[in-house]
Formats: sequence, C-alpha cells, structure tokens
Amino acid sequence: MELLPTVWFIIIAVLWTGYLFLEGFDLGVGMLMKLFARNNTERRVLLNTVGPVWDGNEVWLITAGAATFAAFPRWYASLFSALYLPLLVVLVALIFRAVAFEYRGKVDNDSWRARWDWAIALGSFLAAFGVGAALALTTTGMPLNANGDREGGAMAWFSGYAVLGGLAVVGFSLLHALAFLALKTDGDVRHRARAWFVRLLPVLLLPLAAWALAIQFLEGKPWTWAAVVLAVVAAVAAWFQSRRGAEGHAFIAMGAFLLLGSASIFGAVFPVVLPSTLDPAFDLTIANASSSDYTLGLMSVVAAVGLPLVIVYQAWTYWVFRRRVSAAHIPAAHSFLPAVAVRAFTTKD
Amino acid sequence: MEALEIARWQFGITTVYHFMMVPLTIGLGLVVAVMQTIWHRTGKVEYLRMTKFWGKLFLINFIMGVATGIVQEFQFGMAWSEYSRFVGDVFGAPLALESLLAFFVESTFLGLWIFGWKQLKPAIHLACLWIAVVGSVFSAYFIIVANSWMQHPVGAEIIDGRPVMTDAWAVFTNNTALVAFPHTLMGALAVAGGFLLGIAWYHLWRRRKDGIDTIGPDGKVVPGEAAIPGRDKTDYKVWIRSLRIGAVVAMISFAGTSLTGDLQGKLMFEQQPMKMAAAEGACHDGTGFSVLSVGNLGSKNCDDIVAVIEIPGILSFLANGDFTTEVRGVNGLLDQYKADYGTHLPDNPIYGERAGQEIQYVPVMEVTYWGFRMMIGFGGLAALAALVALWLTRKGTVPASPWLMRLAVFGILAPFGANAAGWIFTEMGRQPFVVAPNPDLNGIDQVFMFTAAAVSPGVSAGELLTSLIVLSAVYGALLVVEVKLLVTYIRGGVVSAMPELANAPVDENEDATPGPDGTGTAKPADDVLAFAY
Repeated sequence: MELLPTVWFIIIAVLWTGYLFLEGFDLGVGMLMKLFARNNTERRVLLNTVGPVWDGNEVWLITAGAATFAAFPRWYASLFSALYLPLLVVLVALIFRAVAFEYRGKVDNDSWRARWDWAIALGSFLAAFGVGAALALTTTGMPLNANGDREGGAMAWFSGYAVLGGLAVVGFSLLHALAFLALKTDGDVRHRARAWFVRLLPVLLLPLAAWALAIQFLEGKPWTWAAVVLAVVAAVAAWFQSRRGAEGHAFIAMGAFLLLGSASIFGAVFPVVLPSTLDPAFDLTIANASSSDYTLGLMSVVAAVGLPLVIVYQAWTYWVFRRRVSAAHIPAAHSFLPAVAVRAFTTKD
Repeated sequence: MEALEIARWQFGITTVYHFMMVPLTIGLGLVVAVMQTIWHRTGKVEYLRMTKFWGKLFLINFIMGVATGIVQEFQFGMAWSEYSRFVGDVFGAPLALESLLAFFVESTFLGLWIFGWKQLKPAIHLACLWIAVVGSVFSAYFIIVANSWMQHPVGAEIIDGRPVMTDAWAVFTNNTALVAFPHTLMGALAVAGGFLLGIAWYHLWRRRKDGIDTIGPDGKVVPGEAAIPGRDKTDYKVWIRSLRIGAVVAMISFAGTSLTGDLQGKLMFEQQPMKMAAAEGACHDGTGFSVLSVGNLGSKNCDDIVAVIEIPGILSFLANGDFTTEVRGVNGLLDQYKADYGTHLPDNPIYGERAGQEIQYVPVMEVTYWGFRMMIGFGGLAALAALVALWLTRKGTVPASPWLMRLAVFGILAPFGANAAGWIFTEMGRQPFVVAPNPDLNGIDQVFMFTAAAVSPGVSAGELLTSLIVLSAVYGALLVVEVKLLVTYIRGGVVSAMPELANAPVDENEDATPGPDGTGTAKPADDVLAFAY
C-alpha cells in the first residue's frame, strides 16, 4: 500500500466532494433561474444568493483538475482525452455561465437579461451533467488501451453510467440549491424553496442513490455499504429537518449525505482510479498512475497548509454574506444616463 | 489538416486570447488597488470615482480571463495527453499550486471586494482587493514557472522514461522563470497604462468638445461643470489624474520590460540559441543586429535571407554584453542540433504517423523574426506615446484634435500587441520542442520532448477540429460582447459605475457608498447587497 498516492487519492476525493458541495448549490441555483424563479426580481434574488461566492466555488473544480494532473498524470491524461467532446461541452457551458453571471446585470434591457438567463440555466445544467458523467465514467470505466488511450472513436466513452452520473449531479445540485435557497432567502422564495425541497427530495436523489448502489454491487466493501446506509439516513434526516422548518439542519444533512455518498463511491473503487473496460490489466490505479513520492510529498506539505486555509477564508466569506436575501433588498436595475450620449469615436466637426 | 496542427492552432488561439484578458486583469488590478488606497488615506472623492470606474472595467474583463483560463487547464489533458503523461510529475505541481495557493485567493477575495462595499469595514474591504491582486500576481508566477520549465527544464531526471522532479527549489527558482516573471508583470502594467491613457484622453477630449472644459488666456485649462450627472469639476480631476497615472505607468513598465527583456534575451542565447538565431534571421555566425532582413525567411537552409540594414556589434551586446563575441547563426546550430537530437523522429508509437519524419529544427522564421520586432516595436511606441502624451497635456488637458484622440484610443491596442507578439515569439521559437532541451545537462538522458509526440493519440482530427471551430466561435462572439460592454461603460463615464451620482429617480434602496469616515446614506435595509447582480 503506497501511502502518498493513497493520501492524494483522498485529497482528490475531498476536492471533488468540496466542489459538489459548494458549486452544487450554485449550479442548482443557475438551473432554478428558469425552473423556479417567476419574475426578474426573483431571478435577481437567486443570483445574489450566490453572487459573492460562485467564482470561489468553481475554483474547487479547477483545483481538482490541477491536483489530478500533478498527482496522477496518467489518470488526468486518460480521463480528459477520452472524454474530449463531453468536456468541450462542459467548457463552453462554464464559459457562458461565468460570463452570464457578470454581464447579465450590466445592461438594463429585458432581451439582454433573457439571453443571459438562458446562458446561466443551460450552462449550469450542461456543466452539472457533464461533470457528473465524467465522474461516473471514472468509476465505471471506458474502453482504454494499454497506453490509456480511448479505443473506438469519439463516442466510445458513452454508456448508461454517463447518463446516470449526469442525472445524479443534476438532481443533487437542484435539491441542494433548494436547501440553500431556503436557508439564504426570505419571503416567498424561501417558503417555496422549502416546499419544493420536501416534495422533490426522493426524485432528485434517486439517480445519485442508483449510482452509489450500482458501484456497491460492482466493487462494494463492507464499510462503503455502511456509508451508503448512513447516506440514506442523512437524506431522510434532511427531509424531516426541512419539513419542520430547520433549514440550517436540512442543509447540513445534505452535506452529510454528499460526504457519505461520495465516500461510498470513491471508497468502493479504490485503488482503481479509472478502469478499462477492454482489459482489467489496463486499469489505471493509484499505483500505476501516480507521480513520484517526491512530488507528492512536496504537494502534501503545501496542501496541508493551503487547503485548511482555503476552507477558513471561504467560510469567512459565507459568514460576511450570511444575511438572507429577499425581494425587498433588490435595488433598481443598474441603469445610467451616459455622460457622453452620442456614439463613441464619432465626431461631427 | 493533421491532428497535431489543429491541436497547435487551438492551443495558440486559446492562449493568445486568454492572454488578452490576463495582462489587463493583473495590471489594472494593481492600479485600482492603488487608487482605492489613495482614496482610503486621503478621502479625496475623485479617487473613489476612479476606483469605481476602473474597477467596473476591471471586472468586465476579469471574468473573461477566468472563463478562458479553465480551457487552458483542461486542454493539456484533452488535446495533449502524451505531454501530460510525460511531464505531469514536474509540470503539474506548479499548476496545482497555482489553483490551491493563488486562484482560490483571487476568486474568493474578489467576490468579497465586489459585494463587500458595505458589509466590510473600509480598511478590510481595501485589504480584500489587495489580497485578490496579490493572488493574481502569484498566479502569474506559478504559471510562468510551469512555462519556464518547458523552456528550460531544470530540477528533474529521467526515471523509467519520464522526467521526475528531484529538486523543487530548482524548478521554482528556475532562472528562466525569475526573469520571465517580472517581464510578464511589466508587460501587464504596460497594458494597464495604455488602457488608462487612452480612455482618460477620450473623456478629457470629450469634455473640451462639449464645452465643459475651456482654455484660459494663459493657455491653461479651466475645468467647468455641465448639468449632466457626474460631469462636474471632480470628473475633470478623475480623467487628468487617470491620464497621468496611465502615462507614468506606461513609461515605467517599458523601462521594466526592456531591462528584464535584456536579461531574458541573454539567458535565451544560452538556453535556446536556435530561437534567438531565428529571431534574428541570422544564418551565419556574426555580431550584427538585423534592423531589416528580406528574402524568404521561411527558407530552411537560410541562404537567401539578406540583411538589408545591420548594426555591427549589437547582436553580441544583446547576447553577451560586449560588441565582439561571435553569436552562432542558424546554419551552425542546425548541425549541432542534428548531431545531438537526431535528424528524424524516432520510430516510436507515440509519434503516430509522424514517426520517421525529418525534424525541422529551425522555427518558422517569419514568426520569430517579426514577432520579436513587433514585441519591441509596439512596446517602444506605447512608451514614446506616453511621453508625448504627458508633454501635450502639460497645460492640464488634451488638444482638441479628434485625430490625436483616435490615436490615443487605438494606442490602447499597442501594448496588447506587444504582449501577444512576445508570447507567440517565445512559444513558436521553442519549436520543434514542446519541452526544449536544457544545454546545461549532458548525455542522452536530457529532459526534452518533441511537440510531435505530445498530442493525444486517442483523439481524432475531427474531434480537434470540432473544438477548434466551437471555441473560436465562442471566443469571437464573447470578444464582441466584451468590447461592446466596455465601450458602453467607457462612454457612460464615472456615472456608469456610480449610478448614485445621477439625479435620476432611483429606487429608495439607492446604492450609496459610505465614505471612509463613515458618512453616507446607507439605510439598514441596504446592508445585504452592495453591488447587486
């Protein structure tokens, strides 16, 4: 058992879990812009709940990717190149979504806003689905040859697990966002979010539960089965807490559900990081995919200092912006009378 | 086109595009942080307005850098999987440290700055901006460390066929990185300087044209006021200070890029002599610097290139600091490269169909020769323009000429051009290697990689072409949107970033910012949002 590759497997699992816990709700809020919000004021309430934090949340994804590159170069190279087209979709989705958050409010015009609303909603959906598909496939495998390259053409990665994983992250993100909105907003949005949460929990968690169970039947170990059972307990707790109006407890229970579910999946596949469906001998494992102990040791020291620090200052951000947002807080749309009314760069003399 | 070529075009387009946003983010971030610091210390309202206005443009640009940065990170794995497998042990670490130690800081604290105008105490709010800006500078450092390792791979040994990090200190203090990092920062400041200068010039010119500012009998400006929100005497101060800050920053940064560029050039003559010979179109050993060379620069044997104007001794000075040492030319180096690294790509499956092809050790000389000159030319022009601008505005405003205004506005592009040309030169000049061999190391165990071996073997040309087309279209569309939005906010003036300056009827939850002394009209209900989306 290699110590440092194991440590880095755990760190990468933590980074993905942190990503899904944090960006999960802002991806969900993005989708709810179209599914839940009923007018522009409500959409702005939704946006402003994640406004100060979504960009910091997204860095968890970038760090998960970069940490995989540094700690398991062969895992990074095989996974990202095999999933070339789906990751292209994720990239385009993330680009439009990021720009939409920033640009939507910059022009006071309904069709401008409507276009960016679609960019946020669709971008969030495609990013969540794509990340979920990629994570599912890294647990269930793809047709990789001895070098770790995909065989069989551009769509050879596709399997039912890709759809299941995509739906799992989309469903979880939507539910997590409802729990988050119930916690972070006030007034009508808060009450509706809670009602939706209670009503939709079983449906939205079903695909994630199915993925976790499928992995247990394939690779399960006793402790990962136990984690699945505990995750179900956490989901039930979230439902009851939300129903009795304890929004903070419900949100924490969602976090516990994610943590346990993620532990059950990553724990079950360990030490394989990316199976080959062609030949088990081609499986990428923590042993054959990892960087040298020197590199892993160096990064362990940095991560031991850096990661807790990230958690501390991000937690502080949430504390600073802890107050609930409601429709009454939304100022008038950002419009201005330009100082220079005529078209720029034209002169009439 | 072949997969390798498409992948290279995609990498080049993404990188050049990303690096339009990045220098403006770094440079303008530093400038805005200084402005807010001055406001914080003096309470002068023009500095608050400058912070808000330039801060708004900074944010419109920042998000584009973030969005394209994700492509940068993903495309190593997606399109360059052999490269990622080969170098991951060394090259991955600075990328991981960049996101863990720098990008997290930048994104989180910028969110605090954008939304925290009212929630945070003024000193803490200012500190958040500084932390975010320092984060972006560290981010640049880590990325430069990664890139410098491709230019000059140090601190690694080949074990089981791939480089393994043996000396992290050597990687993170690579002399290539230590000169490229300040060079890049200075290049970023040059972009910010030109940006401030051009936009401030436009507004000063506009104030004169609209009859707000007039010229007194002594030839000095007489600032005036117009009955338009935000176009008061303070507005005049905003633009003249911005213009002067921009001009000074542009000149200092040019001096900085020259000094660091000189150091970098001297290192490059040692580490990648072929790149520098190709930058010169220098076929034969010599001492002269070519001001103008003609002929077929794309020629591989180099014999039909004629130096039209050549200054003796200058090339030696650039390379060695004296005027007499002969600098090796392309022809001599070519024999050495062939002897050291072979004449044909090895018969190894990682080269795919490219195995056995002849290796072209001379980079595309049109690109290196003109890239090098455009970098220096655009940089020098921008600095010269800044000097002239300071002279022309010595009486307190800009000349009435619309042509000078247009020149100032389009001059914004020059430092962008210098940055892009510099990167294209140094990356294209490294070819045919993706990791250039380190001449300090000896023997066959040298750490290097041909670009021909780096591309993903499992990804088809069709997939690469799809992404090249999709990404280029997305970049093009978003560039149009970004520039339009920037122009709207630039034309809007300070009031576009501070609608509270307008007397137009506003919602009672007006976005008012308290001054550093705590005065202000913020109502309790405002405390939740300061800079609402």
